[in-house]
Amino acid sequence: MPVEHIRRISGTALPLPGDNIDTDRIIPARYLRSVSFEGLEQHLFADDRAQADAAQPGSHPFSNARYDNASILIVNANFGCGSSREHAPQAIRRRGIRAVVGESFSEIFFGNSVALGLVCVTTAPETADALIQMVTADPATTIAVDIEALKVTAGDRTFDIRIPSAARDAFLDGSWDATGLLLDRYEQVEAVATRLPYVTGFAQGASG
Amino acid sequence: MASTLLAKVWDAHTVRKLPNGQTQLFVGLHLVHEVTSPQAFDMLRARGWRVRYPERTIATVDHIVPTRNVRRPFVDVMAEDMLAALERNCREAGIRLLDLDSGSQGIVHVIGPELGLTQPGMTIACGDSHTSTHGAFGAVAFGIGTSQVRDVLASQCLALDPLKVRRIDVSGTLAPGVYAKDIILEIIRRLGVNGGVGYAYEYGGTTIDRLSMDERMTICNMSIEGGARVGYVNPDRTTFDYLKGRPFAPSGDRFDAAVEWWKSIASDPGARYDDVVRLDAAAIRPTVTWGINPGQSVYVDERLPRAADVAQSDQPALNEALAFMGFHGGDPIKGTRIDVAFVGSCTNARLSDLREAARIVRGRHVAPHVKALVVPGSQAVAAAAEREGLDRIFTEAGFDWRSAGCSMCLAMNQDRLEGEQVCASSSNRNFKGRQGSPTGRTLLMSPAMVAAAAVAGEVVDVREMHDRELTHAG
Ligand code: SF4
Repeated sequence: MPVEHIRRISGTALPLPGDNIDTDRIIPARYLRSVSFEGLEQHLFADDRAQADAAQPGSHPFSNARYDNASILIVNANFGCGSSREHAPQAIRRRGIRAVVGESFSEIFFGNSVALGLVCVTTAPETADALIQMVTADPATTIAVDIEALKVTAGDRTFDIRIPSAARDAFLDGSWDATGLLLDRYEQVEAVATRLPYVTGFAQGASG
Repeated sequence: MASTLLAKVWDAHTVRKLPNGQTQLFVGLHLVHEVTSPQAFDMLRARGWRVRYPERTIATVDHIVPTRNVRRPFVDVMAEDMLAALERNCREAGIRLLDLDSGSQGIVHVIGPELGLTQPGMTIACGDSHTSTHGAFGAVAFGIGTSQVRDVLASQCLALDPLKVRRIDVSGTLAPGVYAKDIILEIIRRLGVNGGVGYAYEYGGTTIDRLSMDERMTICNMSIEGGARVGYVNPDRTTFDYLKGRPFAPSGDRFDAAVEWWKSIASDPGARYDDVVRLDAAAIRPTVTWGINPGQSVYVDERLPRAADVAQSDQPALNEALAFMGFHGGDPIKGTRIDVAFVGSCTNARLSDLREAARIVRGRHVAPHVKALVVPGSQAVAAAAEREGLDRIFTEAGFDWRSAGCSMCLAMNQDRLEGEQVCASSSNRNFKGRQGSPTGRTLLMSPAMVAAAAVAGEVVDVREMHDRELTHAG
């Protein structure tokens, strides 16, 4: 596996205000009826988009041509809650988004994103709101997410971001695809398995 | 030193600390279903890896199965493709698949426990967020994404960040008509839908001690709805009695040895928790969600919140939810007309849930404008219910009696809401579009409340039904 180091992502952004945006909204369940992830991006926010666009065409940020080339997504709190479906970050990543900046993320969504190399960083609520305002006012605003410096810059403004150190290290050193790491030193895994009483069939009785 | 179950199970399964600070944890049981696994098997093949512990992996089919006419090939071509892929993947890897002909098929979180696969002290992973259900047995059970399914298939391990533990202590006696579902909805309402992020929830106290395994599963199931990826109850006599004699549980002397180990992994008295929350069970009333996340709920005899009742920062979310639901702040929830009643899902489709619902509908009839269905959690639940005649009680009352699966919990099969229908549902998520119609509306409640709503045609207070139905005492 080639190792990809991720340090800094820059580009234009797409604002998506609102708390508790769940993965059923990000990718409704009927689009999970497939054995592959291909083409998922076409159905990103399908229901939300249909409703917003019925009221006013192009009013959902993901239907708005001004954000077509965005590579950064700005969200509020508890983004990606609900179902563990990896289809949600897959669809986002396949749409060309490479980083998500928000107040907070659900843990499963965050973990799934790391495994895909989709960077999620958190900021203060005021920062998320400020970024959403700036990008809404001027979609051409260039945003740069720097996970090494732990800063996000937008135009001429700079804000702090946070990311758990394990995820940060994984992006920086390219170990975000964890499988290889887990297969290293496999004898240690087998040793743990043989120590577990339920794996060895409680043959040795209780060992605590 | 006194420690928690989480810490003990974590330590017992730790392979090593990874350079990035995460822990590599051995996974004792990996449960697989058709929706989140095909891409993982493909990734494995692309890298030339094999499944490391096929004997610690079990698969079933639940999300996409039709609940009527389950003959193969399915009429639904995409569902047929997904099941065919699962069959091929399991065959190639040597993984046991509990398929539609097995008599053991069902929702993955219902069959794991009923087969005795789920045991105290295990680490359990499944590509499904409601894996927290298995915590009811004192297992540490995680929902994972598809890339992690690949990781577990390839290595039987996960790389995980440490979790804090919040003890949720529930004491007192539940009033008649109040169920485990109401306890967990109360917890989510109080602590918020993201209050549990970073935590494992340990449920305990005199109320939890008295609950059956079915009821503990209902509570652990919805931990994730409160943001907690893991929820558990310490194993006790109730747990051991439940497991004894189950097909995959240890038997004979090995069972006794297992019980000794299971006892040893329970949290010690005096264990230190990162947070403790106390709840009085006696004060909980039947609860109904009115909004678009499981934290937006009221007691059945309360009114919906108004904008003025909540902090300014919460007003946009409140208004969005009320607008989506077509409800008005200040209105009572009682009397809300429903179109569909769904008894099902991994939260509330076990035998005891069906019994409670049947108790309410026996001798009554579903309101003429309501479409009502019961979808048992597994083939074994369906068979047991049929032996007791519950299916007849339901069908005579005008319910559809279906075969096992996830069904209208997430509507990946043909069972779904249409248009703006309102559904009284015993499931776990009321997200926009969750039950298959983008504008469909879900009211979460206990199975008994769903049954009562089906009969009345609107949300009613199950406590006002005749006393004879309410022998349940928690
Ligand atoms: S019943 Fe619902 S929540 Fe449970 S596993 Fe199936 S879809 Fe998921």
